[in-house]
Amino acid sequence: MSQNIDKIQDHVELFHQPEYQELFENKKAMQGMASDEKVAEIAEWTKTWDYREKNFAREALTINPAKACQPLGAILAAVGFEGTLPFVHGSQGCVAYFRTHFTRHFKEPFSGVSSSMTEDAAVFGGLKNMIEGLENSYNLYKPKMIAVCTTCMAEVIGDDLGSFIGNAKAAGSVPEDFPVPFAHTPSFVGSHITGYDNMMKAVLGNLTEGKKAATTNGKVNFIPGFETYIGNLRELKHLVSAMGVNATILGDNELYLDSPNDGEFKMYQGGTTLEEGADAINAVKTISLQTYPTEKTREYIEKEWKQPTSTHRPWGIQATDAFLTELSEITGNPVPPELILERGRAVDAMTDSHAWLHGKTAAIYGDPDLVMGMLQFMLEMGVEPVHVLVHNSTKEFIAEAEAFLAASPYGQKATVWGGKDLWHLRSLLFTEPVDFLVGNSYGKYLWRDTGIPLIRIGYPIFDRHHMHRYSTIGYNGAINLLNWLVNSLFEEIDRNTNIPSETDISFDLVR
Amino acid sequence: MSKVEDRKQLIQDVLDTYPEKLAKKRKKHLNVYEEGKDDCGVKSNVKSPAGVMTARGCAYAGSKGVVWGPIKDMIHISHGPVGCGYYSWSGRRNYYIGTTGIDTFGTMNFTSDFQEKDIVFGGDKKLLKITEEIETLFPLNNGLSIQSECPVGLIGDDIEGVAKKAAKITGKPVVPVRCEGFRGVSQSLGHHIANDAVRDYVFSRDDAPEIETTPYDVAIIGDYNIGGDAWSSRILLEEIGLRVVAQWSGDGTINEMMQTPKVKLNLIHCYRSMNYISRHMEEKYGIPWFEYNFFGPTKIAESLRAIAALFDETIQEKAEQVIAKYEKQTADVLAKYRPRLEGKTVMMMVGGLRPRHVVPAFTDLGMEMVGTGYEFAHGDDYKRTTEYVGDATLIYDDVTAYEFEKFVQELKPDLVASGVKEKYVFQKMGLPFRQMHSWDYSGPYHGYDGFAIFARDMDLALNNPTWGLIKSPWNK
Repeated sequence: MSQNIDKIQDHVELFHQPEYQELFENKKAMQGMASDEKVAEIAEWTKTWDYREKNFAREALTINPAKACQPLGAILAAVGFEGTLPFVHGSQGCVAYFRTHFTRHFKEPFSGVSSSMTEDAAVFGGLKNMIEGLENSYNLYKPKMIAVCTTCMAEVIGDDLGSFIGNAKAAGSVPEDFPVPFAHTPSFVGSHITGYDNMMKAVLGNLTEGKKAATTNGKVNFIPGFETYIGNLRELKHLVSAMGVNATILGDNELYLDSPNDGEFKMYQGGTTLEEGADAINAVKTISLQTYPTEKTREYIEKEWKQPTSTHRPWGIQATDAFLTELSEITGNPVPPELILERGRAVDAMTDSHAWLHGKTAAIYGDPDLVMGMLQFMLEMGVEPVHVLVHNSTKEFIAEAEAFLAASPYGQKATVWGGKDLWHLRSLLFTEPVDFLVGNSYGKYLWRDTGIPLIRIGYPIFDRHHMHRYSTIGYNGAINLLNWLVNSLFEEIDRNTNIPSETDISFDLVR
Repeated sequence: MSKVEDRKQLIQDVLDTYPEKLAKKRKKHLNVYEEGKDDCGVKSNVKSPAGVMTARGCAYAGSKGVVWGPIKDMIHISHGPVGCGYYSWSGRRNYYIGTTGIDTFGTMNFTSDFQEKDIVFGGDKKLLKITEEIETLFPLNNGLSIQSECPVGLIGDDIEGVAKKAAKITGKPVVPVRCEGFRGVSQSLGHHIANDAVRDYVFSRDDAPEIETTPYDVAIIGDYNIGGDAWSSRILLEEIGLRVVAQWSGDGTINEMMQTPKVKLNLIHCYRSMNYISRHMEEKYGIPWFEYNFFGPTKIAESLRAIAALFDETIQEKAEQVIAKYEKQTADVLAKYRPRLEGKTVMMMVGGLRPRHVVPAFTDLGMEMVGTGYEFAHGDDYKRTTEYVGDATLIYDDVTAYEFEKFVQELKPDLVASGVKEKYVFQKMGLPFRQMHSWDYSGPYHGYDGFAIFARDMDLALNNPTWGLIKSPWNK
């Protein structure tokens, strides 16, 4: 058999044809690999407690990490500001990787430049690259701001961004008053969420310098955090608008990461205007929607702006209630009927579905705030988390998560695994299986190996389309989460009950 | 003005908007091919200017991402901070057969996840420990490679020393690769360094099991099996009577690599990434190599005949039989798709071989290439390109995002074929686009079976109704 013009087969089917199967079989003779029996034996062993113990005894090796490095977060923060070009100081390969990663997730263009440092810069430092790089990018891409962050290369050789940018300005690369905020974002410290924090702080510091007014502007600032759900930015705008909050969203990359197709490519789309960013210093308060990617930024705001801050993760009902309560206190406006209606609908949906989720056990991994948000929602549904794994965790996060779980009857089965990777999780899932797993696309390998259904929530999601267009926050977000969870479990039941006269007694139509 | 002059003017217009120094640099990389010349007339393989948007990657991407990563039964350690391994994890679709995590490791990500203390105190001890931990947890691995990231080279770690120790302990190949991202000007140097590591650490071993050789033994070199490309190529070579001993490096194994110096002919698809090791085998073992092209029926037939000509009459006869066997399939594909694609124009910008090798596949479908260029080619690539392109083709080396957009706006091709970073830029311009690194997650595109998919995909890209929806009725 080969290709049939009426139904051309690509890789999904082509290689199942007998001639390719024969080819694979014949190739084995050349490969020098272990026998099928040996492979099966080792595969079984990797599912055991013995393997788990050896796996958890690892001290040096990381396998299948659930975290990325700082500059990725830094450039996500940068593109949330009007006309801003991210500029990564270091070897050019990094920025190619960052752009590719975001492009694959969002299916959108992502612009960014690097200073293309090579061996000579490794020896002499990257000053020349900074001077030329800023001049070139300023002239070619006509940005309103260039946000500079570093790679590990620039950090190891100790390039001083502050003085480099000063020198570049003195050399005329960009005008003296042109904003060039910068952040040191070594890849060997923290993770992508640390990079977000560093860049957000740098941009705000740059824009607000000398902008403190005698009175407040009456506005409330919101910082989304390392947020990859475009739907969440829209939901945030919906909630604050319904509450009558005069809001500034700092680092608003909604339009940048979800621009319309109208036949024209525009490099810069939307974003917080530089004026709004500058005026953020005069706001009444700053509210962050993620705790861990905004620690330094909030500390800076409190200390330098003398402005109170708080954090909210409006995932699920109670946390959204708390968020709106605070907005109500700030504005003096009551929660409007529109949102009360939304709340009622979300709760209604949750009561409709609760029986299918109550007592179900779950594993979850991802960034600390996403995991906390998801836990909030799952405990409200009576789901019982068992494995809670956060690779880029901190002591504070572990303490927070453990306390939160301990306070709920549904959190009693949970163990918080800080600093562990997805190969650790594989052992956990084999030795202590759960009903479902929540995580990003990389979880599909765990799904394949363990058979535990995966519900894709997090970043990155490469292998499913449009998930990021939905919200996970607010009452509407709760309905989305519920939809993904309960319907994924239904699909799993269907898959397990679809064999005629064998398992299909429960192949039910009504649920 | 002639077409050539017209396009030269276009280049000049773009350069005129550049700062003077940058214009001077970039001018050397942009040209218009004139029929009959033996070169495309562009400079290549030099540093990208700082601050311009280039599609280029780094040496690590060239070594780990391209050459070593797809060797399926080895574990490739991304040695350094977490990012490089993370971003290059499972992106390239180098298909393989195996039980991942047990005897094959292609879609996994092993990293030493450097922390600040590793930068300060060095990562050698940690690396040695990693090799021990791998041996405990993955006993069926057939060797390791250490892919060093930027900081490793900068802090002066001795990965060669660690590799030597680890190899002694395990008795398996442990290959240190100095592919730090700051080396060279693109991923290209990473390919070269990776090739050299094969020479030094794979070919130097004397424990390759003996195999019975045949006069028809060949190796496929430089096919990374994107979407199964190497398989749809291998099947043709086997059909004409050759025995494929090794497949570098998509679905490849270390044993296959070790056997390669025993073959009669090396068949190289991606010249750019693997010419070094092919030349080495020619010099050291006297194995000739041949650069073939399995994109599109014209080149497939031409390549099969040329390969067969290097063997005896039985192979030559079989080659004719195979070409004849696929005639009907190809005729069906052309009958269906050529009328839908005839006369459409294309602009490309890809990596190492595709900017030239894919041109004839488009031509087979009646499509015309109006511009092409490479991310990381060398001078010999541009010489080879002259065989593939027609008069007045725009040639751009390491094209900047700015230039590419301007050229496309001006030449208005019906299709742009490039990478994922470019994809959505051009789709927002309302232009059909296909990814020529990853086949947009389709494929294979190599061989006769692959060509049918290629034709189908170009048709679905160009003739999709969504392109007609972009302009709203209120804003035509």
